[in-house]
Amino acid sequence: MDAFKEHVGRVVPLDRINVDTDQIIPKQFLKRIERTGFGEFLFYDWRYLENGDPNPEFVLNLPRYAGASILIAGVNFGCGSSREHAPWALQQYGFKAILAPSFADIFRNNCYKNGILPIALPADVITSLSQEARDTEGYQLMIDLEQQSVICADGTAHNFEIGDFEKYCLLNGLDEIGWTLQYEADIAVYENR
Amino acid sequence: MKKTMYEKIWETHLVRASADEVPILYIDTHLVHEVTSPQAFEGLRLNNRKVRRPDLTFATMDHNVPTTDRALPITDLIAAKQMETLAENCSEFDIPLYDIDSPEQGIVHVIGPELGITLPGKTIVCGDSHTSTHGALGALAFGIGTSEIEHVLATQCLLQQESETFEIRIDGTLPYGVTAKDIILAIIGHIGIDGGNGAVVEYTGSAIRALSIEERMTVCNMSIEAGARAGMIAPDDTTYEYIAGKRFAPKGEAFDAAVEGWKQLPTDEDATYDRTLQLDAAEIAPQVTWGTNPGMVTDVTGHVPDPADMATVDEKTATEHALAYMDLKPGTPITDIPVDRVFIGSCTNSRISDLRAAAEVAKGRKVADTVSAMVVPGSQAVKRQAEAEGLDEIFRAAGFEWREAGCSMCLGMNPDTLLPGQRCASTSNRNFEGRQGKGGRTHLVSPQMAAATAVTGRFVDIRQFQ
Repeated sequence: MDAFKEHVGRVVPLDRINVDTDQIIPKQFLKRIERTGFGEFLFYDWRYLENGDPNPEFVLNLPRYAGASILIAGVNFGCGSSREHAPWALQQYGFKAILAPSFADIFRNNCYKNGILPIALPADVITSLSQEARDTEGYQLMIDLEQQSVICADGTAHNFEIGDFEKYCLLNGLDEIGWTLQYEADIAVYENR
Repeated sequence: MKKTMYEKIWETHLVRASADEVPILYIDTHLVHEVTSPQAFEGLRLNNRKVRRPDLTFATMDHNVPTTDRALPITDLIAAKQMETLAENCSEFDIPLYDIDSPEQGIVHVIGPELGITLPGKTIVCGDSHTSTHGALGALAFGIGTSEIEHVLATQCLLQQESETFEIRIDGTLPYGVTAKDIILAIIGHIGIDGGNGAVVEYTGSAIRALSIEERMTVCNMSIEAGARAGMIAPDDTTYEYIAGKRFAPKGEAFDAAVEGWKQLPTDEDATYDRTLQLDAAEIAPQVTWGTNPGMVTDVTGHVPDPADMATVDEKTATEHALAYMDLKPGTPITDIPVDRVFIGSCTNSRISDLRAAAEVAKGRKVADTVSAMVVPGSQAVKRQAEAEGLDEIFRAAGFEWREAGCSMCLGMNPDTLLPGQRCASTSNRNFEGRQGKGGRTHLVSPQMAAATAVTGRFVDIRQFQ
């Protein structure tokens, strides 16, 4: 997994609550046996028209948000299916962080395993950052994981919570399986008790 | 200290738990299917790791298997490749597999309990969010992603933080025509689709105690639809009777000893939960969803809501989106909504008792000319049992298609999908946009309601169905 320390990137606001993983990556793309190649199918049914052309009204297709790497969304982002294809698609599209008032549990876990930072901020902060992104072309945010802070261009900082272990894993790009295997003796003791 | 059932199972499965470390939780059973596992096995190979406990791992094919004649070749070559990959991985890593030709094949959450793999007090995981189903027998069962599948394959453990506890207590007697499906839909309507986030729900109360194990599975199955990490119900005599004689369940003296252990699992009297909610079973009516998530639900006697009545701007916008997608107008009575398709199946409602309930409604009646209806048993064993009871004949005579076992049109990864614009009464668990097919419109209901809707061609209050 790639380490995550700091990131500066363009912000795109997706004004929807309860975005489920069926929308993030529809089921017809889950038949692949590889871990890669999902980015082009991200938000497929919203992003493309019936004939396969990009939907010019969908926010990710607006030229002003091209190259965005920070997604802002409504409450309970990533609900529904446990498919890890959802964070794979987000990451492979180019997203490094997602800002929302809340996340679904399984999705949030899956993000950490793939070097994506899910950042929960109060609803009023999300609303105002989302408005800034709409009002200001090329709007960017800086994310400092070490400081647990989202920093605006004017210097305003919004602190966020993250578990110590998740933070450690992201900062170091840690292989979690390797971490657990260092306690192999404890696992064996448990199994033989 | 007084403990909840979740806390008891959690504590007895900790391999390591130091204050400054993330806890390592032991996993007793790992269920695997074809869609979320290939990248996990590939990860093992890339890192030269093996499966630690193939004897605690069970695999089946369910998500993208066709439900038509099994003798025919699979036409979707990408799906076939995924099934082939699972078979190769199970062979390479020595994992028992109930493949498409196995008499035990079925939806992973149907066959686990059916085979006696699911037992009280166990920790059970699967790369599927509906793993919460297994909590119906008093197990701690939850869905995980592919990275975590790889983690469990390699270590038989997960790095986990302890969840909050949430008691949802339902006392009283369910009225006629109201089912386990209506209980869980009513709960989700009440607390919302994120109302259980961060928590493990324990369902308690006299209405829950009165449910059969299969009905309890329907309730626990949709815990994830309220955002809960898991759902569970304390084991009791109903549970022990269900488990007795199942293939992998303990037998004889070992069974008696196991029951003595399981009796220690229920939440201690006076133990406290982080959150609680109480509902009265007598006040629950048959439920029908009208929108694009399971929390967008109302009584069958209700109406499609008006976005203008929503409490927040976000909810108003979400309701407008949902009504546009569903092609519904505010104020429309639910019973005025016609359907094109009916799907009876999925890990929520495809067990023998679900099929019996639907068959009782379908018996001697005909599916409306405007409706195409199908029944997909949850497993080959359910299918055999239904056929032994003549349920397949009842369904066929009424005009339902009778299919082979699998997830089918719950998520439409196989050829069973809705066409754009088609409206479906479905016994499955998710009415998300495009879930059953791009542009398809899903309304979640109980098996009885689905069968009655197939007959009348529009939603009908099962309590008044003649």
